[in-house]
Formats: sequence, C-alpha cells, structure tokens
Amino acid sequence: METKSTNYKQTINFTPELITRLNELLTHYPADKKKSALLPVLHEVQDAHDNWLSVELQEKVAEFLELKPIEVFEVVTFYTMYNQKPVGKYMFEFCSTSCCMLRGSDDLIDYTCVKLGIQPGQTTPDGMFSVAAVQCLGACGYAPMMQIGDYYHEHLTPQKIDQIIEDCKAGKIIIHDK
Amino acid sequence: MGKKILLDKINIPGIKTYQVYRDNGGYAAVEKALTMDPDAITEEVKTSGLRGRGGAGFPTGLKWSFLDKKSGKPRHLVCNADESEPGTFKDRYLMEHIPHLLIEGMIVSSFALGANSSYIYIRGEYMWVFKILERAIKEAYEAGWLGKNIKGSGYNLDLYVHCGAGAYICGEETALLESLEGKRGNPRMKPPFPAVSGLWGNPTVVNNVESIASVPWIVLNSGEEYAKIGNGRSTGTKLISASGHCRKPGVYEIELGLTVDEFMNSDEYLGGMMDGRPLKAIVPGGSSVPILPQHLIFKTAEGTDRLMTYESLADGGFATGSALGSGGFIVYNDTACIVRNTWNFARFYAHESCGQCSPCREGTGWLEKVLHRIEIGLGREEDIELLWSIQSKIEGNTICPLGDAAAWPVAAAIRHFRDEFEYHIRFPEKIKNRNHFVDEPFEKVKHMLQKQSI
Repeated sequence: METKSTNYKQTINFTPELITRLNELLTHYPADKKKSALLPVLHEVQDAHDNWLSVELQEKVAEFLELKPIEVFEVVTFYTMYNQKPVGKYMFEFCSTSCCMLRGSDDLIDYTCVKLGIQPGQTTPDGMFSVAAVQCLGACGYAPMMQIGDYYHEHLTPQKIDQIIEDCKAGKIIIHDK
Repeated sequence: MGKKILLDKINIPGIKTYQVYRDNGGYAAVEKALTMDPDAITEEVKTSGLRGRGGAGFPTGLKWSFLDKKSGKPRHLVCNADESEPGTFKDRYLMEHIPHLLIEGMIVSSFALGANSSYIYIRGEYMWVFKILERAIKEAYEAGWLGKNIKGSGYNLDLYVHCGAGAYICGEETALLESLEGKRGNPRMKPPFPAVSGLWGNPTVVNNVESIASVPWIVLNSGEEYAKIGNGRSTGTKLISASGHCRKPGVYEIELGLTVDEFMNSDEYLGGMMDGRPLKAIVPGGSSVPILPQHLIFKTAEGTDRLMTYESLADGGFATGSALGSGGFIVYNDTACIVRNTWNFARFYAHESCGQCSPCREGTGWLEKVLHRIEIGLGREEDIELLWSIQSKIEGNTICPLGDAAAWPVAAAIRHFRDEFEYHIRFPEKIKNRNHFVDEPFEKVKHMLQKQSI
C-alpha cells in the first residue's frame, strides 16, 4: 500500500553530527536493546529533516537500528508527534482540550486560521506556517496556549498571535534550541 | 500557610542549578540513604503512608515491597513523567523549576530498590523540560551523585531521561514500558505486574514524578513525621494544578485535609472565581474523574465539609463524590456548557485510545460521536440513554483504565447535569450558532450525520 509520504520528496542526510548524537542515545540502553532508542532517535532524525519523516527516512532509521521497517512504521503511525508529510517551518499546535477551550482556544484557532488563510491541518502555500488543533499539552493553568517546536507559548490573545506571526516572519521565534 | 515539602525551595534564585540546590541542602537525603539498609528505606516510605501521586493513589511503599528481588535479574526504577491528563500540569512545574529534587528522589529510590539503571520517561511535548532534566543529570554525574561507586558507597546508578512522542496512553505504566522498549504504547495484560516482569522482562517499579520527589523528605525526616502531615490515610502534601474559571490558576502544594472551600476561595490558593461569576462545577482530579456540581463541591452528601483528601473527595462513591486523582482541579463558572465540556473530554479519550480493546476502541469513538451530535443540535430523544448504555459497557471491560477514564466523565455529567443534555436535544435552535470547532461547515456536518446511523 502506498503511503502518503511517498507523494513528497525528502533529502535524507545523516550528517556526522546526527550520527554522533544517535550513537550517544544508544548508550542509554543495553547493547542488545537497541530498539528502545527508537522514539528518541526518531525525534532527532525528524528535527534534522525539516520536521517530518518520509517512508524512505523511516527505512533509513530501521537500517540504523537494525530493525525491520515495519517496526519503525508502526511506531511512527502510533505517536502524534511524528509527521508523515511535510509541515510548515512554524507549526502552530494549539491545545484544544477542555481547559484551553474554557479559556477561548476555539476562537483563537479560528482567528489564527483566518489570519493565515488556512484550515486546521493545513500549511500556508509559502511553507511557512501550519496550524493544528491537538489534544492536551499540559499547560491548563496557562491557557489558551500553543506549542511551536520545543517551546510553549501561553496565555495567548489575538494580539499575541499577531506578534508571534510577525516574529516568525522575522526569524525571531526559536523552534529548537540545540 | 500550609506545610511545603516539595515546593519549599522553589523561589530560591538559581535552584534549578546543581550548586544552588546543593547549597540549600540538596542531596543530603542521598548521603543519608547510602548509610541505610535499602529495606529500611522502603519501610520508611511504607510508614509515611505516601500514596502514588499519578492518580491511582496506590501506597508507594507497598508497591516497592512487591519488587521481585530474588530473580537475579537487573531491577529498574522508571519515573512516569508522561503527564497528559487534561487539567494536570503539576509534574511539569516540579521538573521545570527544581529538577534536582526529582533526580535526588530517583537516586534514593533506586538505591532502596537495588536498581542500577533507571529512567525518567517524559512526555515528548515537554521537550524543553527534557533538556532541563538532561542538563541536571549531567551536573549530578559531574558531582559524583550518579555513575559508578557513588560517593564511595559501592553503589552504581545510571540515570537517563527518555522522551515519548505524544500518546496519553503511555501514562499507563505497562504502556509506558512498551513505549520505553521502542514499541507502540499498548498496555500489557496484568499479571504479570511490572514488579515481577517490567522493563525488558526485568523487575521494575514505575512511580510518578511527585511520588519520587517526596522520598528525599521522607528519608531525611522519617516516615513517621510525613504521616503526621495530612488527614487520616491521606498523608503528606499534594501538588494541585488548578485551571479553568478560577482567579489564580497555577500549581499549589497543599496539606491534604485542607477544605475544598478554603482551597477555592482563600487568597493563598485560587482566590475565588474569575470575574466574580458564580461557580457551577469542578473536576477535582483531572479529566477522568467525575464532575461535581455546585451543591456537592463544598459539602459531602452527608453535609460535612468536603476536604482535599482521597477519602472525602470520593465520599459516597461516584453518585455524590469524585476522586483526588492526579490533582487536576478544573473550575467551571455558570457560562460553561457541560455538554460541550463532556464532548471535549470524550473527543480526547477517543483520540487517545490505543485501539487494543474493542469496548474502548469502539466505545470511546461512539461516545464522542453521540455527544458531538447532541452538542451541535442534532441530538435524538434516545441519545441520553444510549450514552448511558455505552459508557456502562466500557467501564471495567478493558485491559487498562483508559476505558474507565472515558466512561466516568460521561456518567457523571448525565447524572448531575441531565437537564443540560435534554435542553440541547429539545431546543436545538438555541445552540446551533455555537457550532465552534467543527472543521466542516454546519450544514455539511448535519448532512453527514443524517446519513450515518450512530
């Protein structure tokens, strides 16, 4: 069966720095339990490849960890943080669960989508922004909020959203802090 | 001012760093523990009455005593930092602000259990907290509190932080172990329990962040002293994460036994309602526990003050009580729509079901669909009974407690707020304009639902 990601091209680049980091991760587990490193390895590989994992990239991970490709596919499709198709450079993941809803997350998602001209789950044509409504992010007391990369943006208002979009365009928002 | 044992140092500038933590008494519990008999530490934890702070409330010392120490296999301590229950964000606060307290607790607890390699499994979304923990662990290694022959004791411990990737089910201890082994987070059948066959088939204890972080204080001050704090079988302190329509949402450490009234209304804690609007309901222990309507929040069914304890919050069973759970305290004012909130919870559980058991896989999705159509004004007269029937067939019929967690909020909402469901069904025109957060235009959704038989 053809998967969605085969519709998109992705350049696979296991740099020496990435391989060093992956090998360091492997030391966290017994030598005969390499598979345990799969989730952290996928995070690292995804971060190094524009925040998504093509089927070919998943196969490369399988090869690195000496696993069958299916063992990687079944993990990638189970966990929500692995993207199986390209996403925007700045992925706005809004928490839409109860506590954020009580504090107005629905309206804020609508506001952001209208401003960017996309629906939840879509990416702007320039590839800059994606918007997604996700389940609880554990920031209930600081609602409404969203995650961009490794960081949370909390107590959001339309004005703060405007500023964040401007800051993204100016390259001021940190996605990953290596 | 209530007693603080977890957050007492939280406001010290730089407490996140090793040196400041050490200068303020940090790692003294490890120093003491290394001179003790490991079994004596377990006895202290038993004496303390500490109960698992992740939600289930199982006695921590008792859990430790189940660990199979005779198998000859390596043993592990795994910290469950996969905090994902809506309303709950306390572990994040603790790890983010005072990471060395958790690390100290991991060392003392691992020593008590005879574990030489331990893991902190943190939810993947908390990536910046993951990095804080990694830095703190590195500092602890450099200072000689981790690694080989810790402080000349002959005890070796390696500690790693491992990140998940977005799956609420991995908060269930056996699903967490599956995930830590690099697999989908499908809960395992029990028995065998992790204490006998856990991580890689080895004897394993899985404890919540807050439980482990409480251990250093118990070791330093004795289990007996810990048991003096609190109320009855609810000993010690508890982190409560408050959200929703209260004036001061946030994380608070309370002595168990505080009245709900004081927690809700005193300035030391929530400070009453946001904008002064009337209180309608609370969920006291995270999304999975039953909602309490206004008339049952401050008083139990018997008319006594309701306390922030495991027992008092559960007073009368789920007909008139709820549960302390994870301490995720969600406050609703009179503008909150209970139907909408229940649908939102149901959507969460339907999304997070691992799909392994039929009652959960099919039932949670069914609950979500029926609640959705009621919420958007397409409910049918028989829907309330249908919801009741579905939830009753999920509860108790699944491998793990996610099914129960999905069923209880629905049962409680119907039990206490049946009139709101009836209003939605009988007066759909009153609510149609509230069609938020439906990806498709309302008419299209209506058409789709009319074609379905759900």
